Amino acid sequence: MISDEEIRRRQRDRARIMGWLLGAFVILLFFITLAKTGINW
Amino acid sequence: MTDTAALPADWRDILALTKPRVMSLVVFTGLCGLLAVPQLPPFALGFTAILCIALGAGACGALNQWYEVDVDAKMRRTAKRPLPAGRMDRQSALHFGVGLGVFSVVLMGLATNWLAAGLLAVSILFYVIIYTMWLKPRTVQNIVIGGAAGAFPPLIGWVAATGHITLLPVLLFALIFLWTPPHFWALSLFVRSDYAAAGIPMLPVVAGVRNTRRQIFIYSLPMAAAAVLPWPLGLTGAIYGVAASALSAAFVLLAVPVLTNRATEPRGMAPEKRLFGFSVLYLFALFGALVADRWIVW
Repeated sequence: MISDEEIRRRQRDRARIMGWLLGAFVILLFFITLAKTGINW
Repeated sequence: MTDTAALPADWRDILALTKPRVMSLVVFTGLCGLLAVPQLPPFALGFTAILCIALGAGACGALNQWYEVDVDAKMRRTAKRPLPAGRMDRQSALHFGVGLGVFSVVLMGLATNWLAAGLLAVSILFYVIIYTMWLKPRTVQNIVIGGAAGAFPPLIGWVAATGHITLLPVLLFALIFLWTPPHFWALSLFVRSDYAAAGIPMLPVVAGVRNTRRQIFIYSLPMAAAAVLPWPLGLTGAIYGVAASALSAAFVLLAVPVLTNRATEPRGMAPEKRLFGFSVLYLFALFGALVADRWIVW
């Protein structure tokens, strides 16, 4: 049996990591767009 | 209090599902394929191409573990993985693997080109369907044909950067394809009892250790030829040529004591363990030399 606190902790960990990954993905798409459109800065 | 079955998987288990150690070799060969091109793509696109190769490899690892959970539970080497150990449910692994695979292919297509995305899709499907589901549990040729899946990364890296296929990445494909059997057969010799217990028809289990040792030596010869060939064909320079010749000679020389070894128990298989360890170093060093040859100006 696992405590509800442990479940909450894992959910929080996963949500935090997913947040970071989505943020990184947005930044990646930004740079891909710059590269594909040939914009130099 | 809640039943363990309802516990969300820990992020470390999700990461373990992607087989990070296997991924590192895949990423390295893909990166070298990309860095060996005549003209590099913009950094963001090159980075994305390598990221997609890594994610595709992760998808393969997850789907492989999803399919082989019963087999993994029978082998000491794999019994502690998240699925056989009961730390994660099968459906989550399936969803994660399929999602990651589709995401990697679509991102590759959008960021680089659809030929690279198509090759990535073929390599994932080849690994999961042809190798894991079809060949591995059925035939002794599993690692010979299945080795093609692991040979794709440098080809994908090259195509992602250039948009087309030429002779050099095809030879790199052939090199990894021919390297895979001696690499895995050396391993399978000293973990033979594991494969036998799991019912996987690896060569030492089906054809015996002596025949496997002979095959390792035989395969090392065309592998060495494929490694050196880009040099006389003028596709690479002397840095790669000398490194490939020396490393391949060492590989063949290390395969000789394997050929002559008569031990049947793992503790007497030092030559096999040495060859297995060197085979990993061999591939890293060879692809490192390929990049050095491309970028170091005399």
